[in-house]
Amino acid sequence: MDLGPHAAFIWASYGTFALIIGAIIGWTLFDGWRQTKALSDADRRGLKRRSASADTRD
Amino acid sequence: MQTLTQRLANPTRFMELSRALLPWVSAGAALFILYAMYLVFFVAPPDYQQGETVKIMYIHVPSAWLALMSYSLIALSSFGLLVFRHPLADVSAKAAAPLGAAFTLCALITGSLWGKPMWGTYWVWDARLTSVLILFFLYLGLIALRSSLEDEALAGKLTAVLALVGVAILPIIKFSVDWWNTLHQPSTGFTSSVDPSMRTPLLLSAIGFTLLFFALHLKAMQNEILRRRVKSLRLAEVERGERTFAERAGG
Repeated sequence: MDLGPHAAFIWASYGTFALIIGAIIGWTLFDGWRQTKALSDADRRGLKRRSASADTRD
Repeated sequence: MQTLTQRLANPTRFMELSRALLPWVSAGAALFILYAMYLVFFVAPPDYQQGETVKIMYIHVPSAWLALMSYSLIALSSFGLLVFRHPLADVSAKAAAPLGAAFTLCALITGSLWGKPMWGTYWVWDARLTSVLILFFLYLGLIALRSSLEDEALAGKLTAVLALVGVAILPIIKFSVDWWNTLHQPSTGFTSSVDPSMRTPLLLSAIGFTLLFFALHLKAMQNEILRRRVKSLRLAEVERGERTFAERAGG
């Protein structure tokens, strides 16, 4: 594929774009995994929300 | 009869709906982006003036469009929080800010890399470029303000006020190329004089990245709801601990 005399600018644009969008996708997925893990840890420790605690107290 | 926004006000219902939607939106984004990139690199012709450098436009234009759309979404969500106190409005605004900042940064960098071979410079302080740079700083300001306050409700309200004040930047960016004499060319119309061989990949790329934005936004909103649940569980644990301690001390 011949991208002409300005190929370096085109590849740099697509490379930077892929890096930034890849990073934001990666971060969003990692954050999701982290929160799901934190919630299941809390679940395992038997933690309940205040509303749930109120239900069980009544 | 409940409106859609009223039905979505329940975070649990939102989680169910977004879990069902997310795979479809993500798959749609992947399909559109892959097909658009195939057209960009193997079918679309070079421009008669820009040559192959026009290929940068297929990511620059969607990035710029998403930079503005994301801020509009934040402004709308902020309005929803301040006026209607919608429970998910703050979650939506918080989730959209890093995404908007990322696409604005992409628009700035790809535009700069296009500008060097076409204009002979990476940067000029013209109205369009400068106003988009201000938009990027606004995004950073929203993220910084929110993370500097520990009280989630206060942080949400203050960020919403800043977002609504900052909304004035949107018409300035949009019409800067008409109001001032700028080096930046007028807005790219999807239905205007652009030849279909270039318009089709541009349109498909814009649709693909818009779907990607919504997929990421849904996922980030889910993450935020989970984060708040974890936080409330930990708070409840601390409160129970304090209560038990007080009872023992009293007894």
